[in-house]
Amino acid sequence: MTYLKPMRAEDLLLPTPAGVCCERGGFHIDPTRPTDKAIITHAHSDHARAGHGAVLATQETLDIMRLRYGPDFAGATQAIRYGETVKLGDVSVTFHPAGHVLGSAQVAVESGNLRIVASGDYKDAADPTCTSFELVPCDVFITEATFGLPVFRHGDPDAEVGKLLHSVQLFSERAHLVGAYSLGKAQRVIALIRKAGYDKPIYLHGAMENICRYYQSRGIDLGDLPLVRDRKKVELVGTITLCPPSALKDVWSRRFPDPVACYASGWMRVRARARQSQVELPLVISDHADWNGLRAIVKATGARDIWVTHGQEDALVHWCQTQGLKARPLDIVGYGDEDETDGTADAGQAGNPA
Amino acid sequence: MNRFAELLDRLTYEPGRNNKLRLMTNYFASTPDPERGYALAALTGGLSFRYAKPNVIRSLIAERTDSVLFALSRDFVGDTAETVALMWPAPEAEKPNAVPHLSDVVTLLSTLGKAQLPVQLARWLDALDETGRWALLKLVMGALRIGVSARLAKTAAAALEDKDVTDIELMWPSLTPPYLDLFAWLEGRGEKPATQDPAPFRPAMLAQAIDDSDFEKLDATDFTAEWKWDGIRVQASAGINDKGTRVARMYSRTGEEISKSFPDLLESLRFNGSIDGELLILRDGRVQPFNVLQQRLNRKTVTTKLMSEFPAHLRAYDLLVDGDEDLRDLPFEARRKRLETFVARLKDSRIDISPLVPFDTWSELAAARAEPASVGSAEDASAVEGVMLKRRESPYVPGRPKGLWWKWKRDPFTADAVLMYAQRGSGKRSSYYSDYTFGVWTAGDEGNELVPVGKAYFGFTDEELLQIDRFVRRHTTKRFGPVREVAHTPEQGLVLEVAFEGLQRSTRHKSGLAMRFPRISRLRWDKPPGEADRLETLEKMLEGIERGQTSPLIAERKSRT
Repeated sequence: MTYLKPMRAEDLLLPTPAGVCCERGGFHIDPTRPTDKAIITHAHSDHARAGHGAVLATQETLDIMRLRYGPDFAGATQAIRYGETVKLGDVSVTFHPAGHVLGSAQVAVESGNLRIVASGDYKDAADPTCTSFELVPCDVFITEATFGLPVFRHGDPDAEVGKLLHSVQLFSERAHLVGAYSLGKAQRVIALIRKAGYDKPIYLHGAMENICRYYQSRGIDLGDLPLVRDRKKVELVGTITLCPPSALKDVWSRRFPDPVACYASGWMRVRARARQSQVELPLVISDHADWNGLRAIVKATGARDIWVTHGQEDALVHWCQTQGLKARPLDIVGYGDEDETDGTADAGQAGNPA
Repeated sequence: MNRFAELLDRLTYEPGRNNKLRLMTNYFASTPDPERGYALAALTGGLSFRYAKPNVIRSLIAERTDSVLFALSRDFVGDTAETVALMWPAPEAEKPNAVPHLSDVVTLLSTLGKAQLPVQLARWLDALDETGRWALLKLVMGALRIGVSARLAKTAAAALEDKDVTDIELMWPSLTPPYLDLFAWLEGRGEKPATQDPAPFRPAMLAQAIDDSDFEKLDATDFTAEWKWDGIRVQASAGINDKGTRVARMYSRTGEEISKSFPDLLESLRFNGSIDGELLILRDGRVQPFNVLQQRLNRKTVTTKLMSEFPAHLRAYDLLVDGDEDLRDLPFEARRKRLETFVARLKDSRIDISPLVPFDTWSELAAARAEPASVGSAEDASAVEGVMLKRRESPYVPGRPKGLWWKWKRDPFTADAVLMYAQRGSGKRSSYYSDYTFGVWTAGDEGNELVPVGKAYFGFTDEELLQIDRFVRRHTTKRFGPVREVAHTPEQGLVLEVAFEGLQRSTRHKSGLAMRFPRISRLRWDKPPGEADRLETLEKMLEGIERGQTSPLIAERKSRT
C-alpha cells in the first residue's frame, strides 16, 4: 500500500474486501458481511444486507430493508436525514442525497480537515421518484463505475419511454412486459410513462407490489397500479405490465397475449446484453451515472484521490490518471455481483439495478 | 438513414418471422423511392461498393479517443462497429445540420475514392445518433447480420400487395437497385418486370432431423434412402439466354450465388435444367473429408493450382428442371428416374449421381448407417455423415416440409475432457466466458498431465452457460487478456462431455489430433477430473475412424456411459 501517499485517508477509512471500514468511528459502510455497526447508503441488496448489529441509514432505506428482510433485519436501527450529521467517536458522518433510488445517500466521513465521500450508487440525471444528487466537495471520492466505459451514454429516458408507447400502439393486439428492478427502476419507469401522458392502468407483477405501494405512501404519484394476478389473457391485450427482469422468461409470462419483452436498463445500450436476455424492445434507462456523468462528478468534487468500488473500474481509473488524479480500484467483493448475470438470470428481485 | 437504422435496430431484436415481415413491409409501405429500394438492396446483399475495411474505422476512432478506453470498450461490447458507434464523440457544435439519407450514402459510396472515404465517413458519423452510426457502419463494412435472409426481405416486399415471392425470385437477377420497376409493379403502377434469367435459383427443399420415436410412425417401404454426404448442398442451374449464350450458375441452399468460387465445376454445367446436389472435392475418384473442401471456401481468388489440388465435384440428388419442364411436382421416384437419365447423358466425370442405399426394414438401414463401407459407399465411407430418407411420392417442396424428407445423422463420438481455459465470447456472448479449451490426460514428465484436444463454444444451454461462466470466474488460476486459465487438477476442475463428428491427425496440436465439430454435450459436475478420458482412448478412436470402422467404438462408448 506504499503507493497510497495520503496515509491519513486510510487512517480514516480503510478499504477491505468486505467494504470500507472506519475503525475510529467503529463502523463499516455497505459491508457485504454482518458487522457490529453498518452505515447503509441505499436499500439494494448488494449494499444493504441483513444481520448487522446496528444500522444507520435514511428512514426510507430502513423502511425498505424492513419490507424486504422482515422486522428483525438488524439489532438496532437509527434513522438520519439528508444534511444531518452524527458523531461516531471523533468522526462526523453526514448524509447527502445520491439521486439513485428513494432514500439513497452519499455518506461524507470527516475528521480534522479530511473529508471522504462514499457515494454508494448515484446518478446525476433527473428522477421524479427520489431526491436529486447533491455535489459534495471532498478530498477523497469513493465512486462506483457500473457504467464506467465511454460506450455508456444513457441519452434521454423520455425518448426511450416514447419508443415503448409507440410499440404499444403498433402492436396493439399484444401485451408489453417491461422488465425492471423492483426497487427504484420500476417506479421511475412508471413515473416516466405517466409523464408521457399514459393514464391507463399499469399492471404489476406481485413482486413489485410492496415497494410500489411504499413509494406511493411516501407521496410519489404513480397512478393506478392493479396487480396482474387473476387477470384473464384477453383483459391484458394492449396493456403494459411491470415485472422483475427474470419474469420475462418465466412461465409466468405465458398468461399474456403474445407478449413483447421489454427491459429497462443501462445495459440495454449494448446489443450483446440485450440479445442475451432475449429482449425485443430494449429501453436504455439507468439509475446510475453514465460515462459523462461519472467524469463530470468526479471532477466537480475536487477530490485529488478517487477510489473506485465496482463496475468498469479499469476504464474510470485510467481516465482519472489521464486527468492527473490519483485513482485506484478497491476490489470489494460482492457489489454489483448481480450485474454479471442480469442479462439472463434472476437479478430481478433484489439485485443491483442498472 | 434514421428510418433505415430504426428498422435494422428493431429487426435485430425481433425473433419472430412474422413480426420481422411486418416491420419490413411497414417500412416499404411508408418509405419513398429510392430510399426503400436501397434498403431492400442492403437487406438482400445486393449493394456493390467498396466496403470500408475495419482498419479504416479503427483509425478514425483512434484519432478521436483514448486507445486504452477503446480497447476496454471493444472488449466489453464484443463488436468493433458497435463500439465505434457508441463511443463516437460527435461534438454538438460540429454536428452537421442534416442527417444523410440511405440513398445518399449508397450512391456516394459507389463513386467515392478510397482516399476520400474516411473524411466522408466521419462527417456522416458526426451527423447520426448511436443507432444511426451503428447501422451506417454495418452497411459500409458489408455485414448487416440482422437475422434476415434475402428471401425474407423479398417476401416482405411481395407482401406489399399480396404478390408471390417466387415471382420476385425469378425476376431478381435482372433487377437492379433501387428497384423502381419492382416497386411500381408491386404497387400496381407498372408492368411486371421481365424474367429473363435462364438459370434462376429455386428455393431448396430441406429435411427434418429424425428421432428414434419417429420410426414407429413411418413405413420403411414408403421411403428410399441415400447417403448424406459431408459437403455443401448446392443447386446447379444452366440454360440459354435470349442472346443464345449459355448461362450457368451455382447457388447455396439459401440462394446465395457461389458461381465465382467454382469456375472448374461451372464449365461442366453444359445442360438445360437445374440439379440439386452436394458439392464435394474428389481426388482419384475418392470423396475428401470436409476439411479438405474447406480449403476451397471463402477464397478471394481461385487459382489454377487451387482447382487442380482441390477439384470440385457435383454429386446429384435431385432434378428440379429438365429443359423447359419443371419437375418439382412429380413424385421423388419419378424425378429420380429422370435424374439418372439426365446425369448419364452428361457423361461428365465431375457430375455423378448419389447412389441409393438398398434396405427393406429400418433395422437394415440402421446397419447400413452404422457401417456405410459395407453397403456400397466403399472408400468414401468417411465422407458419409448419415443417411437421408425420402418419401417415394414426395414432390419437391420449398422449405422444410413435415414428413417428406428426413435426415438421420451418424451418432456423434463423445469423450469426457477437462476444462482448461475459457475465453470471453464475442457478439452476444461478449460478457460471458463461453469458448472452452479442454484436454484429456496423458503421461507427462511429471506424471499425468492434461493435453488440450479441442475447443468448443456451443452445445450448452443458456442456463449451463451461466453455470460454467460462474465456475470460470470462481476458479481462475491465471489470466491472459480475455482468456482465463481455470483450475484443472485431478481433484479440482470441471469435466465436460464433448460430442464430435470425427477426429483427424493434426500437427498443429500438441496432442497430435483435432476434433471435427466439437460441442459440449453435457456438464459432468459429478465426475472428478482425474476420471476424465485419456489421450490413448482418442487415439484408438482415430485409428478406428481411419479404418472406416466407426460403429464398434461408438457401441463401446455408448455402453460405458
